[in-house]
Amino acid sequence: MAKKGDWVRIHRVVLDAAGRNPNLPEDTAKVPLEMWVKGTLLADAEVGDEVEVETATNRIEHGTLVEVNPYYTHSYGKFVPELIQIDRQLREILFGGEE
Amino acid sequence: MALAKDYASVMGRNNEIMKEAMGLDYAQFESGKMRFDYEGLMASTGYTLEEIEKVQSATGVGNTPILELRNLTALARKYAKPGYGATILAKDEAANPSGSFKARRAACAVATAKKMGYKGVMAATSGNYGAAVASQAAMQGLKCIIVQECFDSHGVGQPEIIEKARKCEAYGAEVVQLTVGPELFYTFLSILEDTGYFNASLYSPYGIAGVETLGYEIAMQCREKYGKDPAVVVCTSAGGGMMTGTARGLIKAGATNTKCIAASIDLTGLHMASDTAFNKKSCTTGHTGFGVPYAVDPDHSDVPRSAARPLRYMERYVTVKQGDVMYITEALANLEGIERGPAGNTALAAAFSLAQELPADEYIIISETEYTGAGKHVQPQLAFARENGIEIKFGDPNAEDKPGVNIILPKDPSYIKTMDMDLDHMRKSFIKKACKKYGSFDIDEDDIAFLAEEVNSTPEFVKSVLEDLK
Repeated sequence: MAKKGDWVRIHRVVLDAAGRNPNLPEDTAKVPLEMWVKGTLLADAEVGDEVEVETATNRIEHGTLVEVNPYYTHSYGKFVPELIQIDRQLREILFGGEE
Repeated sequence: MALAKDYASVMGRNNEIMKEAMGLDYAQFESGKMRFDYEGLMASTGYTLEEIEKVQSATGVGNTPILELRNLTALARKYAKPGYGATILAKDEAANPSGSFKARRAACAVATAKKMGYKGVMAATSGNYGAAVASQAAMQGLKCIIVQECFDSHGVGQPEIIEKARKCEAYGAEVVQLTVGPELFYTFLSILEDTGYFNASLYSPYGIAGVETLGYEIAMQCREKYGKDPAVVVCTSAGGGMMTGTARGLIKAGATNTKCIAASIDLTGLHMASDTAFNKKSCTTGHTGFGVPYAVDPDHSDVPRSAARPLRYMERYVTVKQGDVMYITEALANLEGIERGPAGNTALAAAFSLAQELPADEYIIISETEYTGAGKHVQPQLAFARENGIEIKFGDPNAEDKPGVNIILPKDPSYIKTMDMDLDHMRKSFIKKACKKYGSFDIDEDDIAFLAEEVNSTPEFVKSVLEDLK
Protein backbone atom coordinates (compact mmCIF):
# COMPACT_ATOMS: atom_id res chain seq x y z
CA MET A 1 0.00 0.00 0.00
CA ALA A 2 1.39 3.37 -1.04
CA LYS A 3 0.25 6.47 0.80
CA LYS A 4 -0.69 9.85 -0.59
CA GLY A 5 2.52 11.93 -0.53
CA ASP A 6 4.86 8.98 -1.15
CA TRP A 7 7.58 9.44 -3.81
CA VAL A 8 6.80 6.94 -6.57
CA ARG A 9 7.57 5.94 -10.13
CA ILE A 10 4.82 5.49 -12.70
CA HIS A 11 4.68 3.96 -16.17
CA ARG A 12 2.50 4.79 -19.14
CA VAL A 13 2.26 3.86 -22.81
CA VAL A 14 2.60 7.16 -24.65
CA LEU A 15 1.98 5.83 -28.15
CA ASP A 16 0.78 2.32 -28.91
CA ALA A 17 2.55 0.54 -31.75
CA ALA A 18 -0.08 1.63 -34.29
CA GLY A 19 0.18 5.31 -33.35
CA ARG A 20 3.94 5.56 -33.75
CA ASN A 21 6.09 7.33 -36.32
CA PRO A 22 5.55 5.43 -39.58
CA ASN A 23 9.28 5.36 -40.39
CA LEU A 24 10.69 3.02 -37.77
CA PRO A 25 12.87 -0.08 -37.97
CA GLU A 26 10.73 -3.23 -37.91
CA ASP A 27 11.58 -4.25 -34.34
CA THR A 28 10.80 -0.82 -32.89
CA ALA A 29 7.57 -0.48 -34.91
CA LYS A 30 6.19 -3.59 -33.18
CA VAL A 31 6.43 -2.19 -29.67
CA PRO A 32 4.77 0.82 -28.01
CA LEU A 33 6.55 4.00 -26.89
CA GLU A 34 6.64 3.79 -23.10
CA MET A 35 7.38 6.40 -20.47
CA TRP A 36 8.43 6.44 -16.81
CA VAL A 37 8.31 9.47 -14.51
CA LYS A 38 8.60 10.04 -10.78
CA GLY A 39 6.48 12.16 -8.51
CA THR A 40 4.49 12.51 -5.31
CA LEU A 41 1.45 10.25 -5.17
CA LEU A 42 -1.79 12.24 -5.04
CA ALA A 43 -3.96 9.53 -3.39
CA ASP A 44 -3.41 6.22 -1.57
CA ALA A 45 -2.95 3.33 -4.03
CA GLU A 46 -1.52 -0.14 -4.62
CA VAL A 47 1.26 -1.02 -7.05
CA GLY A 48 -0.46 -1.72 -10.38
CA ASP A 49 -3.19 0.91 -9.86
CA GLU A 50 -3.79 3.79 -12.24
CA VAL A 51 -2.64 6.87 -10.33
CA GLU A 52 -1.78 10.55 -10.59
CA VAL A 53 1.47 12.10 -9.35
CA GLU A 54 2.89 15.59 -9.01
CA THR A 55 6.36 15.69 -10.56
CA ALA A 56 9.42 17.69 -9.47
CA THR A 57 8.26 20.56 -11.70
CA ASN A 58 4.69 20.36 -10.30
CA ARG A 59 3.25 18.78 -13.43
CA ILE A 60 0.43 16.30 -12.93
CA GLU A 61 1.16 13.01 -14.71
CA HIS A 62 -0.88 9.82 -14.78
CA GLY A 63 0.07 6.19 -15.26
CA THR A 64 0.41 2.82 -13.56
CA LEU A 65 2.11 2.80 -10.17
CA VAL A 66 5.20 0.60 -10.55
CA GLU A 67 7.54 1.50 -7.68
CA VAL A 68 7.33 3.17 -4.27
CA ASN A 69 10.44 4.93 -2.94
CA PRO A 70 12.30 4.29 -6.22
CA TYR A 71 16.09 4.06 -5.98
CA TYR A 72 19.09 3.68 -8.30
CA THR A 73 20.63 0.28 -8.87
CA HIS A 74 23.22 1.08 -11.54
CA SER A 75 26.71 0.23 -10.36
CA TYR A 76 30.35 -0.27 -11.29
CA GLY A 77 29.40 -3.58 -12.86
CA LYS A 78 30.77 -7.05 -12.37
CA PHE A 79 34.50 -7.73 -12.40
CA VAL A 80 36.09 -7.58 -15.87
CA PRO A 81 39.39 -9.50 -15.78
CA GLU A 82 40.62 -7.95 -19.05
CA LEU A 83 41.10 -4.64 -17.26
CA ILE A 84 43.76 -6.17 -14.98
CA GLN A 85 45.54 -7.47 -18.07
CA ILE A 86 45.52 -3.99 -19.62
CA ASP A 87 46.95 -2.45 -16.44
CA ARG A 88 49.77 -5.02 -16.28
CA GLN A 89 50.60 -4.64 -19.96
CA LEU A 90 50.75 -0.84 -19.84
CA ARG A 91 53.06 -0.81 -16.82
CA GLU A 92 55.25 -3.45 -18.40
CA ILE A 93 55.60 -1.48 -21.66
CA LEU A 94 56.17 1.88 -20.04
CA PHE A 95 58.00 1.09 -16.84
CA GLY A 96 59.41 -2.40 -17.50
CA GLY A 97 57.27 -4.31 -15.04
CA GLU A 98 58.22 -4.32 -11.36
CA GLU A 99 61.81 -3.15 -11.86
CA MET B 1 -10.86 23.43 -26.44
CA ALA B 2 -8.04 21.07 -25.52
CA LEU B 3 -5.46 20.59 -28.27
CA ALA B 4 -5.24 17.17 -29.91
CA LYS B 5 -2.23 15.34 -28.50
CA ASP B 6 -1.82 12.49 -31.01
CA TYR B 7 1.51 12.11 -32.82
CA ALA B 8 0.56 13.83 -36.09
CA SER B 9 -1.22 16.76 -34.42
CA VAL B 10 1.61 17.61 -32.03
CA MET B 11 4.27 17.25 -34.74
CA GLY B 12 2.15 19.47 -36.98
CA ARG B 13 2.39 22.28 -34.42
CA ASN B 14 6.21 21.95 -34.27
CA ASN B 15 6.95 25.40 -35.69
CA GLU B 16 4.53 27.29 -33.43
CA ILE B 17 5.68 25.41 -30.35
CA MET B 18 9.33 26.09 -31.16
CA LYS B 19 8.74 29.79 -31.74
CA GLU B 20 7.07 30.10 -28.34
CA ALA B 21 9.73 27.98 -26.67
CA MET B 22 12.78 29.83 -27.95
CA GLY B 23 11.64 33.39 -28.40
CA LEU B 24 13.39 33.19 -31.74
CA ASP B 25 11.79 33.22 -35.17
CA TYR B 26 14.05 31.21 -37.44
CA ALA B 27 12.14 32.49 -40.49
CA GLN B 28 14.12 35.76 -40.29
CA PHE B 29 17.29 33.87 -41.29
CA GLU B 30 15.75 32.14 -44.30
CA SER B 31 16.21 33.67 -47.74
CA GLY B 32 13.34 31.79 -49.32
CA LYS B 33 15.84 29.53 -51.07
CA MET B 34 18.05 26.73 -49.92
CA ARG B 35 20.46 29.03 -48.12
CA PHE B 36 20.01 30.71 -44.77
CA ASP B 37 22.04 33.26 -42.86
CA TYR B 38 24.15 31.11 -40.53
CA GLU B 39 26.27 33.94 -39.17
CA GLY B 40 23.09 35.95 -38.63
CA LEU B 41 21.68 33.08 -36.59
CA MET B 42 24.88 32.92 -34.51
CA ALA B 43 24.84 36.69 -34.00
CA SER B 44 21.22 36.52 -32.80
CA THR B 45 22.37 35.50 -29.33
CA GLY B 46 23.43 39.11 -28.87
CA TYR B 47 26.41 37.92 -26.77
CA THR B 48 30.03 38.65 -27.60
CA LEU B 49 32.66 36.07 -26.63
CA GLU B 50 33.59 38.25 -23.63
CA GLU B 51 29.96 38.40 -22.51
CA ILE B 52 29.65 34.64 -22.77
CA GLU B 53 32.77 34.27 -20.64
CA LYS B 54 31.10 36.51 -18.06
CA VAL B 55 27.85 34.52 -18.11
CA GLN B 56 29.77 31.26 -17.76
CA SER B 57 32.16 32.39 -15.04
CA ALA B 58 29.20 33.69 -12.99
CA THR B 59 28.31 30.04 -12.39
CA GLY B 60 31.84 28.66 -12.24
CA VAL B 61 31.80 27.36 -15.80
CA GLY B 62 34.86 27.39 -18.05
CA ASN B 63 38.51 28.30 -17.55
CA THR B 64 39.26 24.61 -16.97
CA PRO B 65 42.89 23.44 -16.76
CA ILE B 66 44.92 21.82 -19.51
CA LEU B 67 46.49 18.56 -18.38
CA GLU B 68 49.66 17.26 -19.98
CA LEU B 69 49.37 13.49 -20.41
CA ARG B 70 53.08 12.72 -20.00
CA ASN B 71 52.94 8.96 -19.73
CA LEU B 72 50.47 8.51 -22.57
CA THR B 73 52.73 10.75 -24.66
CA ALA B 74 55.74 8.59 -23.76
CA LEU B 75 53.74 5.49 -24.65
CA ALA B 76 52.69 6.93 -28.03
CA ARG B 77 56.32 7.81 -28.81
CA LYS B 78 57.27 4.15 -28.43
CA TYR B 79 55.23 3.48 -31.56
CA ALA B 80 56.21 6.60 -33.54
CA LYS B 81 59.21 7.01 -35.82
CA PRO B 82 62.18 8.88 -34.29
CA GLY B 83 61.47 12.56 -33.67
CA TYR B 84 57.72 11.99 -33.82
CA GLY B 85 54.99 11.76 -31.20
CA ALA B 86 53.38 15.10 -30.32
CA THR B 87 52.71 15.90 -26.66
CA ILE B 88 49.16 14.86 -25.82
CA LEU B 89 47.13 17.38 -23.82
CA ALA B 90 43.61 17.23 -22.41
CA LYS B 91 41.29 20.12 -21.69
CA ASP B 92 39.89 18.97 -18.36
CA GLU B 93 36.27 19.89 -18.92
CA ALA B 94 35.25 17.47 -16.17
CA ALA B 95 36.16 20.38 -13.88
CA ASN B 96 32.99 22.21 -14.91
CA PRO B 97 30.19 22.27 -12.30
CA SER B 98 28.12 19.54 -13.98
CA GLY B 99 31.17 17.46 -14.91
CA SER B 100 31.42 18.12 -18.64
CA PHE B 101 31.84 20.80 -21.31
CA LYS B 102 28.06 20.79 -21.72
CA ALA B 103 27.92 23.24 -18.82
CA ARG B 104 29.21 25.84 -21.29
CA ARG B 105 26.27 25.19 -23.61
CA ALA B 106 23.72 25.14 -20.82
CA ALA B 107 24.97 28.30 -19.07
CA CYS B 108 24.09 30.57 -21.98
CA ALA B 109 20.80 28.85 -22.74
CA VAL B 110 19.55 28.94 -19.17
CA ALA B 111 20.73 32.52 -18.59
CA THR B 112 18.84 33.53 -21.73
CA ALA B 113 15.70 31.69 -20.60
CA LYS B 114 15.84 33.52 -17.29
CA LYS B 115 16.42 36.89 -18.93
CA MET B 116 13.43 36.30 -21.22
CA GLY B 117 11.18 35.45 -18.29
CA TYR B 118 10.65 31.72 -18.80
CA LYS B 119 9.78 29.78 -15.64
CA GLY B 120 11.57 26.62 -16.69
CA VAL B 121 13.80 24.98 -19.24
CA MET B 122 13.57 21.71 -21.14
CA ALA B 123 16.05 19.61 -23.07
CA ALA B 124 15.80 16.34 -24.97
CA THR B 125 19.02 14.53 -24.19
CA SER B 126 20.24 11.24 -22.78
CA GLY B 127 23.70 12.62 -22.15
CA ASN B 128 25.74 15.08 -20.15
CA TYR B 129 23.74 17.99 -21.50
CA GLY B 130 20.77 17.06 -19.32
CA ALA B 131 22.93 17.23 -16.22
CA ALA B 132 24.35 20.54 -17.41
CA VAL B 133 20.92 22.12 -17.97
CA ALA B 134 19.69 20.76 -14.64
CA SER B 135 22.76 22.12 -12.86
CA GLN B 136 22.37 25.55 -14.44
CA ALA B 137 18.62 25.59 -13.75
CA ALA B 138 19.37 24.83 -10.09
CA MET B 139 21.89 27.67 -9.92
CA GLN B 140 19.67 30.16 -11.71
CA GLY B 141 16.43 29.19 -9.96
CA LEU B 142 14.46 27.80 -12.89
CA LYS B 143 12.50 24.56 -13.17
CA CYS B 144 13.89 21.88 -15.44
CA ILE B 145 12.58 18.87 -17.36
CA ILE B 146 14.91 16.47 -19.16
CA VAL B 147 13.51 13.94 -21.64
CA GLN B 148 15.68 10.86 -22.18
CA GLU B 149 15.68 7.85 -24.47
CA CYS B 150 16.70 5.35 -21.84
CA PHE B 151 15.17 1.87 -22.03
CA ASP B 152 14.56 -0.91 -24.54
CA SER B 153 11.10 -2.50 -24.79
CA HIS B 154 12.02 -4.91 -21.97
CA GLY B 155 12.63 -1.97 -19.66
CA VAL B 156 16.39 -2.56 -19.64
CA GLY B 157 18.18 0.77 -19.38
CA GLN B 158 21.60 1.81 -20.62
CA PRO B 159 23.58 2.17 -17.35
CA GLU B 160 25.26 5.33 -18.60
CA ILE B 161 21.91 7.00 -19.29
CA ILE B 162 20.49 5.91 -15.92
CA GLU B 163 23.47 7.58 -14.27
CA LYS B 164 22.69 10.79 -16.17
CA ALA B 165 19.09 10.59 -14.94
CA ARG B 166 20.37 10.27 -11.38
CA LYS B 167 22.56 13.32 -11.83
CA CYS B 168 19.68 15.39 -13.26
CA GLU B 169 17.44 14.37 -10.35
CA ALA B 170 20.20 15.22 -7.90
CA TYR B 171 20.03 18.78 -9.26
CA GLY B 172 16.25 18.84 -8.73
CA ALA B 173 15.15 18.27 -12.31
CA GLU B 174 12.25 16.13 -13.48
CA VAL B 175 13.40 13.33 -15.76
CA VAL B 176 11.02 11.79 -18.28
CA GLN B 177 12.38 8.44 -19.42
CA LEU B 178 11.28 6.79 -22.65
CA THR B 179 11.84 3.63 -24.64
CA VAL B 180 13.77 3.69 -27.91
CA GLY B 181 12.49 5.76 -30.80
CA PRO B 182 12.62 9.14 -32.50
CA GLU B 183 9.20 9.99 -31.03
CA LEU B 184 11.13 11.28 -28.07
CA PHE B 185 10.81 14.53 -29.96
CA TYR B 186 7.01 14.19 -29.93
CA THR B 187 6.94 13.74 -26.15
CA PHE B 188 9.36 16.62 -25.77
CA LEU B 189 7.22 18.94 -27.92
CA SER B 190 4.03 17.91 -26.15
CA ILE B 191 5.43 18.74 -22.69
CA LEU B 192 7.02 21.92 -24.03
CA GLU B 193 3.60 22.98 -25.28
CA ASP B 194 1.93 22.19 -21.94
CA THR B 195 4.51 23.89 -19.74
CA GLY B 196 5.52 26.88 -21.87
CA TYR B 197 9.14 26.28 -20.86
CA PHE B 198 12.20 27.38 -22.81
CA ASN B 199 13.68 24.89 -25.28
CA ALA B 200 17.30 24.80 -24.15
CA SER B 201 18.26 22.95 -27.31
CA LEU B 202 21.81 21.75 -27.73
CA TYR B 203 21.57 23.06 -31.27
CA SER B 204 20.39 26.61 -30.57
CA PRO B 205 22.84 29.45 -31.23
CA TYR B 206 23.24 29.79 -27.43
CA GLY B 207 24.23 26.13 -27.23
CA ILE B 208 26.99 26.63 -29.79
CA ALA B 209 28.15 30.13 -28.82
CA GLY B 210 28.74 28.66 -25.36
CA VAL B 211 31.36 26.28 -26.77
CA GLU B 212 33.31 29.05 -28.52
CA THR B 213 34.96 29.94 -25.20
CA LEU B 214 36.38 26.41 -25.11
CA GLY B 215 38.24 26.81 -28.40
CA TYR B 216 39.35 30.28 -27.39
CA GLU B 217 40.71 29.06 -24.04
CA ILE B 218 42.57 26.18 -25.72
CA ALA B 219 44.49 28.64 -27.92
CA MET B 220 45.17 31.13 -25.12
CA GLN B 221 46.24 28.52 -22.56
CA CYS B 222 48.52 26.71 -25.03
CA ARG B 223 50.18 29.99 -25.98
CA GLU B 224 50.74 30.84 -22.32
CA LYS B 225 51.99 27.38 -21.34
CA TYR B 226 53.82 26.24 -24.47
CA GLY B 227 54.37 29.41 -26.46
CA LYS B 228 52.44 28.12 -29.47
CA ASP B 229 49.06 26.99 -30.72
CA PRO B 230 48.33 23.27 -30.75
CA ALA B 231 48.91 21.62 -34.13
CA VAL B 232 45.72 19.61 -33.75
CA VAL B 233 42.54 19.73 -31.67
CA VAL B 234 40.63 16.45 -31.58
CA CYS B 235 36.91 16.69 -30.81
CA THR B 236 34.73 13.73 -29.95
CA SER B 237 31.91 14.07 -32.45
CA ALA B 238 28.23 13.26 -32.02
CA GLY B 239 25.80 16.12 -32.63
CA GLY B 240 28.59 18.31 -33.96
CA GLY B 241 28.32 21.12 -31.40
CA MET B 242 31.72 20.49 -29.86
CA MET B 243 33.47 20.61 -33.23
CA THR B 244 31.54 23.68 -34.41
CA GLY B 245 31.93 25.75 -31.25
CA THR B 246 35.55 24.79 -30.60
CA ALA B 247 36.59 25.57 -34.16
CA ARG B 248 34.78 28.93 -34.07
CA GLY B 249 36.53 29.78 -30.81
CA LEU B 250 39.92 28.87 -32.26
CA ILE B 251 39.23 31.13 -35.23
CA LYS B 252 38.24 33.97 -32.87
CA ALA B 253 41.57 33.45 -31.09
CA GLY B 254 43.39 33.65 -34.42
CA ALA B 255 44.59 30.05 -34.19
CA THR B 256 44.04 29.53 -37.89
CA ASN B 257 46.84 26.97 -38.32
CA THR B 258 45.37 24.58 -35.76
CA LYS B 259 43.72 21.60 -37.45
CA CYS B 260 40.34 20.45 -36.17
CA ILE B 261 39.86 16.71 -36.35
CA ALA B 262 36.58 15.01 -35.46
CA ALA B 263 36.63 11.56 -33.90
CA SER B 264 33.78 9.10 -33.42
CA ILE B 265 33.49 5.49 -32.37
CA ASP B 266 32.69 3.35 -35.39
CA LEU B 267 29.26 1.81 -34.81
CA THR B 268 28.56 1.08 -38.48
CA GLY B 269 25.69 -1.34 -38.88
CA LEU B 270 23.84 -0.60 -35.64
CA HIS B 271 20.56 1.20 -36.33
CA MET B 272 20.07 4.02 -33.85
CA ALA B 273 16.27 3.72 -33.74
CA SER B 274 16.32 -0.06 -33.32
CA ASP B 275 14.88 -1.45 -30.11
CA THR B 276 17.02 -4.59 -30.21
CA ALA B 277 20.25 -2.77 -31.15
CA PHE B 278 19.82 -0.22 -28.35
CA ASN B 279 21.55 -2.24 -25.65
CA LYS B 280 24.03 -3.83 -28.06
CA LYS B 281 25.85 -0.51 -28.03
CA SER B 282 28.41 -0.34 -25.29
CA CYS B 283 28.77 3.42 -25.53
CA THR B 284 25.91 5.90 -25.76
CA THR B 285 27.47 8.85 -27.53
CA GLY B 286 30.47 10.06 -29.51
CA HIS B 287 29.75 7.42 -32.11
CA THR B 288 29.10 7.42 -35.85
CA GLY B 289 25.39 6.74 -35.28
CA PHE B 290 25.08 10.40 -34.28
CA GLY B 291 28.28 11.83 -35.73
CA VAL B 292 27.64 11.00 -39.38
CA PRO B 293 23.93 11.89 -39.70
CA TYR B 294 24.41 15.19 -37.84
CA ALA B 295 27.39 16.08 -40.05
CA VAL B 296 25.62 15.39 -43.34
CA ASP B 297 22.15 16.62 -42.27
CA PRO B 298 22.46 19.01 -39.33
CA ASP B 299 18.90 20.29 -39.61
CA HIS B 300 17.20 17.10 -38.42
CA SER B 301 17.64 18.17 -34.78
CA ASP B 302 15.15 19.72 -32.34
CA VAL B 303 15.38 23.22 -33.85
CA PRO B 304 14.45 24.45 -37.36
CA ARG B 305 18.09 25.30 -38.20
CA SER B 306 20.91 23.80 -36.21
CA ALA B 307 23.73 26.08 -35.11
CA ALA B 308 25.99 23.01 -35.03
CA ARG B 309 27.36 22.56 -38.55
CA PRO B 310 30.52 20.48 -38.09
CA LEU B 311 31.25 19.87 -41.78
CA ARG B 312 32.03 23.59 -42.09
CA TYR B 313 34.95 23.19 -39.72
CA MET B 314 36.44 19.69 -39.62
CA GLU B 315 39.56 19.03 -41.66
CA ARG B 316 39.51 15.30 -41.01
CA TYR B 317 37.01 12.88 -39.56
CA VAL B 318 38.53 9.76 -38.02
CA THR B 319 36.99 6.75 -36.33
CA VAL B 320 38.19 4.46 -33.57
CA LYS B 321 36.63 1.27 -32.23
CA GLN B 322 34.79 0.74 -28.95
CA GLY B 323 37.66 -1.44 -27.69
CA ASP B 324 40.22 1.31 -28.42
CA VAL B 325 38.27 3.77 -26.28
CA MET B 326 37.87 1.32 -23.42
CA TYR B 327 41.56 0.47 -23.50
CA ILE B 328 42.62 4.13 -23.51
CA THR B 329 40.17 4.91 -20.68
CA GLU B 330 41.89 2.29 -18.55
CA ALA B 331 45.29 3.65 -19.65
CA LEU B 332 44.29 7.18 -18.63
CA ALA B 333 43.49 5.99 -15.12
CA ASN B 334 46.50 3.69 -14.81
CA LEU B 335 49.18 5.85 -16.39
CA GLU B 336 47.97 9.37 -15.69
CA GLY B 337 46.14 8.86 -12.42
CA ILE B 338 42.88 10.43 -13.58
CA GLU B 339 39.57 8.68 -14.08
CA ARG B 340 37.54 10.37 -16.78
CA GLY B 341 35.14 9.56 -19.52
CA PRO B 342 33.82 7.88 -21.52
CA ALA B 343 32.95 10.71 -23.97
CA GLY B 344 36.27 12.59 -24.22
CA ASN B 345 38.15 9.34 -24.48
CA THR B 346 36.96 8.77 -28.03
CA ALA B 347 39.07 11.80 -28.92
CA LEU B 348 41.85 10.53 -26.65
CA ALA B 349 42.07 7.16 -28.42
CA ALA B 350 42.24 9.05 -31.72
CA ALA B 351 44.82 11.52 -30.36
CA PHE B 352 47.02 8.65 -29.17
CA SER B 353 47.20 7.43 -32.78
CA LEU B 354 47.30 10.88 -34.44
CA ALA B 355 50.11 12.08 -32.13
CA GLN B 356 52.36 9.51 -33.79
CA GLU B 357 51.90 11.29 -37.14
CA LEU B 358 53.13 14.62 -35.70
CA PRO B 359 56.65 15.83 -34.81
CA ALA B 360 57.57 15.55 -31.12
CA ASP B 361 57.77 19.33 -30.67
CA GLU B 362 54.08 19.76 -31.59
CA TYR B 363 51.03 19.58 -29.33
CA ILE B 364 47.81 17.69 -29.86
CA ILE B 365 44.91 18.39 -27.53
CA ILE B 366 41.63 16.66 -26.86
CA SER B 367 38.93 19.26 -26.34
CA GLU B 368 37.23 17.58 -23.38
CA THR B 369 37.18 15.15 -20.54
CA GLU B 370 34.03 14.30 -18.60
CA TYR B 371 33.27 13.01 -15.10
CA THR B 372 32.99 9.28 -14.67
CA GLY B 373 31.00 7.22 -12.20
CA ALA B 374 28.71 4.26 -11.67
CA GLY B 375 27.16 3.13 -14.95
CA LYS B 376 29.51 5.11 -17.20
CA HIS B 377 32.89 3.88 -16.01
CA VAL B 378 34.73 1.45 -18.32
CA GLN B 379 34.07 -1.53 -16.02
CA PRO B 380 30.25 -1.26 -16.01
CA GLN B 381 30.37 -0.57 -19.77
CA LEU B 382 32.26 -3.80 -20.39
CA ALA B 383 30.22 -5.75 -17.83
CA PHE B 384 26.99 -4.54 -19.47
CA ALA B 385 28.32 -5.58 -22.87
CA ARG B 386 29.10 -9.05 -21.58
CA GLU B 387 25.61 -9.35 -20.01
CA ASN B 388 24.14 -8.48 -23.43
CA GLY B 389 26.02 -11.26 -25.17
CA ILE B 390 28.80 -9.11 -26.62
CA GLU B 391 32.07 -11.01 -26.92
CA ILE B 392 35.02 -9.22 -25.33
CA LYS B 393 38.54 -10.23 -26.33
CA PHE B 394 41.98 -8.93 -27.18
CA GLY B 395 42.92 -8.61 -30.84
CA ASP B 396 43.24 -6.17 -33.72
CA PRO B 397 40.22 -3.85 -33.47
CA ASN B 398 40.50 -2.63 -37.07
CA ALA B 399 40.47 -6.19 -38.40
CA GLU B 400 38.01 -7.90 -36.08
CA ASP B 401 35.60 -5.30 -34.64
CA LYS B 402 31.89 -5.94 -35.26
CA PRO B 403 29.61 -3.40 -33.52
CA GLY B 404 26.86 -5.17 -31.62
CA VAL B 405 28.70 -8.51 -31.78
CA ASN B 406 32.06 -7.97 -30.12
CA ILE B 407 34.40 -5.52 -28.45
CA ILE B 408 38.01 -6.02 -29.51
CA LEU B 409 40.45 -4.61 -26.99
CA PRO B 410 43.72 -3.78 -28.76
CA LYS B 411 46.25 -6.52 -27.94
CA ASP B 412 48.82 -3.80 -27.39
CA PRO B 413 48.76 0.00 -27.81
CA SER B 414 50.22 -0.21 -31.32
CA TYR B 415 46.83 -1.56 -32.45
CA ILE B 416 45.07 1.70 -31.58
CA LYS B 417 44.92 3.17 -35.07
CA THR B 418 42.44 5.70 -36.38
CA MET B 419 40.71 5.13 -39.70
CA ASP B 420 39.90 8.12 -41.91
CA MET B 421 36.36 8.67 -43.06
CA ASP B 422 35.99 9.83 -46.65
CA LEU B 423 35.14 13.52 -46.13
CA ASP B 424 34.37 14.10 -49.81
CA HIS B 425 31.84 11.28 -49.63
CA MET B 426 30.21 13.02 -46.65
CA ARG B 427 30.24 16.33 -48.52
CA LYS B 428 28.45 14.69 -51.44
CA SER B 429 25.94 13.18 -49.08
CA PHE B 430 25.35 16.61 -47.51
CA ILE B 431 24.75 18.22 -50.91
CA LYS B 432 22.42 15.43 -51.98
CA LYS B 433 20.32 15.68 -48.81
CA ALA B 434 20.17 19.49 -49.02
CA CYS B 435 18.97 19.33 -52.63
CA LYS B 436 16.41 16.65 -51.85
CA LYS B 437 14.96 18.83 -49.07
CA TYR B 438 14.94 21.79 -51.43
CA GLY B 439 13.30 19.68 -54.12
CA SER B 440 15.74 20.22 -56.99
CA PHE B 441 19.32 19.79 -58.12
CA ASP B 442 18.99 22.97 -60.19
CA ILE B 443 20.11 25.67 -57.79
CA ASP B 444 21.41 29.19 -58.32
CA GLU B 445 24.95 30.51 -57.84
CA ASP B 446 24.16 31.87 -54.37
CA ASP B 447 22.94 28.47 -53.18
CA ILE B 448 26.04 26.85 -54.71
CA ALA B 449 28.22 29.28 -52.77
CA PHE B 450 26.18 28.51 -49.64
CA LEU B 451 26.66 24.76 -50.08
CA ALA B 452 30.39 25.29 -50.61
CA GLU B 453 30.51 27.01 -47.21
CA GLU B 454 28.39 24.31 -45.62
CA VAL B 455 30.76 21.54 -46.71
CA ASN B 456 33.98 23.57 -46.43
CA SER B 457 34.83 23.19 -50.11
CA THR B 458 34.72 25.15 -53.34
CA PRO B 459 31.81 26.11 -55.64
CA GLU B 460 33.54 24.00 -58.33
CA PHE B 461 33.34 20.94 -56.10
CA VAL B 462 29.64 21.57 -55.44
CA LYS B 463 28.98 22.00 -59.16
CA SER B 464 30.71 18.74 -60.01
CA VAL B 465 28.69 16.91 -57.37
CA LEU B 466 25.46 18.45 -58.70
CA GLU B 467 26.37 17.31 -62.23
CA ASP B 468 26.83 13.75 -60.96
CA LEU B 469 23.52 13.87 -59.10
CA LYS B 470 21.43 15.22 -61.98
